[in-house]
Amino acid sequence: MSLEYSKKVMQNFLYPKNMGEIKNPDGVGKIGNPVCGDIMWVYIKVANDKKGKKIIKDIKFKTFGCVAAIATSSMITQLAKGKTLEEAEKITKKDISESLKGLPAIKMHCSNMASAALKLAIEDYEEREKRSSSNTKGTQVLFIFFIF
Amino acid sequence: MKSIYFDNAATTKVDDKVLETMLPYFAEKYGNASSQHLKGQEAKIALEKSRKIIAKSIGAKSSEIYFTSGGTESNNFALKGLFSNNKKNHILTTKIEHDCILNTCKWLETKGAKVTYLDVDKEGFVNLNELERAITDKTIVVSVIHGNNEIGTIQNLEAIGKICKKKNVLFHTDACQSFTKVPINVEKQNLDLVTLNSHKIHGPKGVGALYIREGTKITPLLHGGGHERKLRSSTENVSGIVGFAKAVKVSKSEYVDKMIKLRDKLIDRILKIPNVKLNGPKENRLCNNVNISFNNVEGEAVGGYLEQKGIFTSTGSACISHSLEPSHVLKAIGLSPAQSNSSLRITISKYTTDDEVDYFLKVLPGIIKKLRRISPLK
Repeated sequence: MSLEYSKKVMQNFLYPKNMGEIKNPDGVGKIGNPVCGDIMWVYIKVANDKKGKKIIKDIKFKTFGCVAAIATSSMITQLAKGKTLEEAEKITKKDISESLKGLPAIKMHCSNMASAALKLAIEDYEEREKRSSSNTKGTQVLFIFFIF
Repeated sequence: MKSIYFDNAATTKVDDKVLETMLPYFAEKYGNASSQHLKGQEAKIALEKSRKIIAKSIGAKSSEIYFTSGGTESNNFALKGLFSNNKKNHILTTKIEHDCILNTCKWLETKGAKVTYLDVDKEGFVNLNELERAITDKTIVVSVIHGNNEIGTIQNLEAIGKICKKKNVLFHTDACQSFTKVPINVEKQNLDLVTLNSHKIHGPKGVGALYIREGTKITPLLHGGGHERKLRSSTENVSGIVGFAKAVKVSKSEYVDKMIKLRDKLIDRILKIPNVKLNGPKENRLCNNVNISFNNVEGEAVGGYLEQKGIFTSTGSACISHSLEPSHVLKAIGLSPAQSNSSLRITISKYTTDDEVDYFLKVLPGIIKKLRRISPLK
């Protein structure tokens, strides 16, 4: 490669974990990187743990991107799986790059993208939750909108 | 582990015969070609013999060959040297030049040069009418790359040379990729300056040459002891120059024919993979160049998987460039950033075998399939 990648990066690139999509996901985060053109989609399935806390029960990704983009996607899914939503949201780009034993400076934006995609997936889940809890209201608004 | 080198546009393996020819010039015939004594003269003889070989290969006189440190220096020397020695200020070039031409031009713009960057068509060819129209009475030189390093397009030097002659402007070409692969003749093609280099033709790195037609007014880039007829000071890199000349000597047209066959096999078979696109032309293409965009997958990632299989390639993707911008050449032929990011360049050499090509063709479809499964794009 033109860049120095750690063994951990190459492992995650060559044998990515949690690659694919989740049918009927509870949240999806889609992000495109305007800098380099990479695209990352993160799907999550949310469930309650024994203590009643919401956790990421399953997570998968699809990525159009370089070695680092695929490796960071694979890593974020591993870091987030089983974590509470609160914990998952706090995963930083630094956590990702450290778990990958470092990324070339020019590729740091890839880890940024991965943490942003996960945050978007969680936000999407929370939005869906809000909508379903106020479902009737939502329908009314839509109805009025149509009459108008 | 296999090691298949498909990045010969970046650099090439030094030919065994070249290396053998060079070796005595390190510890035995190590004299300075400027020294008057026997040791120096021994080096001087080798230097002049090499100059003759290189001059002959492009139909030039020995006295018109100036050795440099390589393609980048020759291109810098040509444009900066002409601009500094001319009252005119216009340089005409193209959008698909190597960075060392484009960045030299950008720098010259800060020094008062006016530069026109010509568009190219979808296959990378310069439009001759446009080129002729862009020449003004301020034009010093037309500088057009002969064989493009990314997409392999070979420009019609003879036709451009005719225009330059008619319009009475100088004509420079960067022939780093085409040298020994496509015929170059400074008379037939009316060339005034030609950039040549060694490490793309199985010679050593750090050596190249600039052909400068007799009588051309040019300022040196390096000032010093007055080597190379006062135009390029610096003790001559005799071992490198001897190797460079040997590399020219051992090049054969049979190698070109062999590479064309392998190149076309690669292109035909890769195009059978769904949703791929050949970048650059089918005809008038460098014998060693294949450049393909694979929709919905990223070039560096393809390269990464290929490397895992022992195959070394290159990409025009933004992901590997330090500026994070996709290749300017692919942009100039109309590729979207996504298509550029999906490009893979495979450049073979005279050493490439049928087996290597077959192995590559065997592993490539699976890699593309896997990356397309990872990709969210459909």
